[in-house]
Amino acid sequence: MLNKNFYLILIISFVFAISFWIGFNVNLLPAEASINAPIYDELFKILFIIGLIIFIGMTIAVIYSLFKFRKRNDQIGDGIALEGNLSLEIVWTIIPSIIVLLIGLYSYNIYDRMGGMKELNHNHEMMSSNTEKIWAGISQTSDNEIAINNLSIEASAMQFAFLFNYPKGNFISGELHVPVDQKVSMKMESKDVIHAFWVPEFRIKQDIIPGQPTILNFTPTKVGKYPIICAELCGPYHGGMRASIIVEEESDYNEWFNKNKKPEVNL
Amino acid sequence: MTISIDPQKTNNESLQPKGWLRYFSFSLDHKVIGIQYLVCGFLFYLIGGTLASAIRIELASPMSDFMPRDVYNQVLTLHGTIMIFLWIVPVVNGAFGNYLIPFYVGARDMAFPRLNAVAFWLIPPSGLMLVASYFVEGAAQAGWTAYPPLSITTPQSGQIIWILSVLLLGGSSIFGGINFIATIIKLRRPGLKLMQLPMYCWAMLGTSLLVVLSTPVLAGTLILLSFDIIAKTGFFNPVLGGNVVVYQHLFWFYSHPAVYIMVLPAFGLVSEILPVHARKPLFGYTTMVFSIMGIVVLGLIVWAHHMFTSGTPPWMRLFFTIATAFIAVPTGIKFFNWVATLWGGKISINSAMLFSCGFIINFVFGGITGVALAQVPFDIHVHDTYFVVAHFHYIVYGGTVFIIFSSIYHWFPKVTGKMLNEKLGILHFIITFIGFNLCFAPQHWLGLNGMPRRVAEYDPQFQFVNQISSLGALLMAISTIPFLLNVFLSVRNGKNAGDNPWNALTPEWLTSSPPPVENWEGEAPLVEEPYGYGNEISEQK
Repeated sequence: MLNKNFYLILIISFVFAISFWIGFNVNLLPAEASINAPIYDELFKILFIIGLIIFIGMTIAVIYSLFKFRKRNDQIGDGIALEGNLSLEIVWTIIPSIIVLLIGLYSYNIYDRMGGMKELNHNHEMMSSNTEKIWAGISQTSDNEIAINNLSIEASAMQFAFLFNYPKGNFISGELHVPVDQKVSMKMESKDVIHAFWVPEFRIKQDIIPGQPTILNFTPTKVGKYPIICAELCGPYHGGMRASIIVEEESDYNEWFNKNKKPEVNL
Repeated sequence: MTISIDPQKTNNESLQPKGWLRYFSFSLDHKVIGIQYLVCGFLFYLIGGTLASAIRIELASPMSDFMPRDVYNQVLTLHGTIMIFLWIVPVVNGAFGNYLIPFYVGARDMAFPRLNAVAFWLIPPSGLMLVASYFVEGAAQAGWTAYPPLSITTPQSGQIIWILSVLLLGGSSIFGGINFIATIIKLRRPGLKLMQLPMYCWAMLGTSLLVVLSTPVLAGTLILLSFDIIAKTGFFNPVLGGNVVVYQHLFWFYSHPAVYIMVLPAFGLVSEILPVHARKPLFGYTTMVFSIMGIVVLGLIVWAHHMFTSGTPPWMRLFFTIATAFIAVPTGIKFFNWVATLWGGKISINSAMLFSCGFIINFVFGGITGVALAQVPFDIHVHDTYFVVAHFHYIVYGGTVFIIFSSIYHWFPKVTGKMLNEKLGILHFIITFIGFNLCFAPQHWLGLNGMPRRVAEYDPQFQFVNQISSLGALLMAISTIPFLLNVFLSVRNGKNAGDNPWNALTPEWLTSSPPPVENWEGEAPLVEEPYGYGNEISEQK
């Protein structure tokens, strides 16, 4: 039986090898442009490799059985009367449970590193009332960090556009400009139906809900222009509801900010 | 305790039409009702498929140029609603359930034949009403999820007809569910134990529990939504202080179990088909039963994974991640058991077997992307994108629809007494399998790279991949031709099947094909080992 086990081990190592090779060499994701993106891609790579191992393994098992155990023309009668095997059942209950649990714990860790587990019901500086309940979102920053930076932006969505209010500069822009490598905190609210704010290169998405503000914090890491896409069906022009986020060097950002800034007296 | 139903008493036979006309009558025969469900469902599948083709034509170019944008939203709403509520749910539950369950429990009909007929006859009018709503100011255009406030602000007549139609279909589904539970629990032939039932009975018991527990929640939610639309109440209308996220919780409390309402019966059907064509007992019967019940319980507590980017607090996201990922365990057990059923068998490679194996491969793929989607950080990027579209088509098309076709190839000889043509069947499988994977596999990449779902226009960089996907859809549309041709040719001139062409051991094959009105000429046989292959006939080797 050594021979049989040898082939089994050979096939399993082949499945692992090809899965790891594909996992490390095939890139299915867009550019990484926020500190969330590399964290996300790490999770993606691991899930991709585990998924490939299971998928390739199962596919080989099915195709092999179809080929090896196909009924030849000269054969009559049934296959073996094997009704089950308790130890096998235990093995393929426990091993997937462990894998699923490990994936769950690992993705908890990833989510925590993205800032997802931070408490959101804090007093959001610059934002209307202190008692306002913020519903959900991803928080990467502590209250203190938000308090000291001046990049609190209020995003509002409507059919079929995004508007970005810069309270510090007292102006509204249709393009979202942010400086590179700085934490941005965005409070979002919808004027009509549910929309969503999605930047694929940042790997973040948050629904923008009417009547319930949501928060999204992120830190862009790469200068460039990226699409902001509405991901929640919002009406006939849903597919056209897009905007741009422009990540620039701090000096460029300040220049743009000062150009658009309105003096306080105009309040 | 068993109740014997005497059709002579409940049903005046002389008034019932004979021949093909009975399929258009208020027949109480579970076999007739099963075929009514199947054919009616298939007609709606053709309508839903036409709508899908319209979507793929629109998406073959990045501009919104094939149809007006609001019509596009109506098309995608109707496509989803028709495929779920008029094709998959009625066919895997209603069609095969009605045809097979009375045979499997050894009964002459369902527990409540009249309720059964009512449940079926709710479907054609509500389906036609739904389709017809397009011609009255346009159909619903808020997606099959009908999220408020969009569903409140879009044209009202379409949305109201949609709600009414889904309510009627939900009612039909509940009637069916009650009927299946009563039949499986109460109409079992004396001497037949629960743990001797064919696996499809267990799948239908689990599914019916889900139907009865969760569908009323959908009904209540949609009634509240219709109040918001008609009576201007404020349950879900934020302008009047309503809460849109509550709607999502209520909606998904039904609509996630709905996924299991669509796949659990398919799990049951494949458990009937594989042992027959592999000539081997179903591997691990007991664990299969427990895994079905595990899926039922877990299926009820995972709904908020559809809402990871909505207003959900972090702890809730975490709980639903773990609960969702754990569904992979009982589901995985079933797949390992099916492969083990194949292992060491004497497998006939025919259309039914090929579609079942296609199901295993497609569903494993969809299950893997499902475990990935259950992880909050993963889902946040791909939620509401084509990745999700690809995932659930791998589950409901690559999974359930493949099993529906597999089941048609398997039970056609039972229903008609004629065999289907194997060459056309294998051709049908090859075109469907290639077309399906060509259509949906590239959509994973689209979603990861920035194409949201439910859009009529998209970034031109995605054009090539979308065209591959549309080509796959074209193949899927073509694949129905050999199938329909096969059915029509075989009904007229098919080879005679005899009573039991597959030498199967489950009870429906132990009577004539097609079966008599009361299922068996004499008493129903007691089948204690529906999967006892390899026992009677000695090993050849």
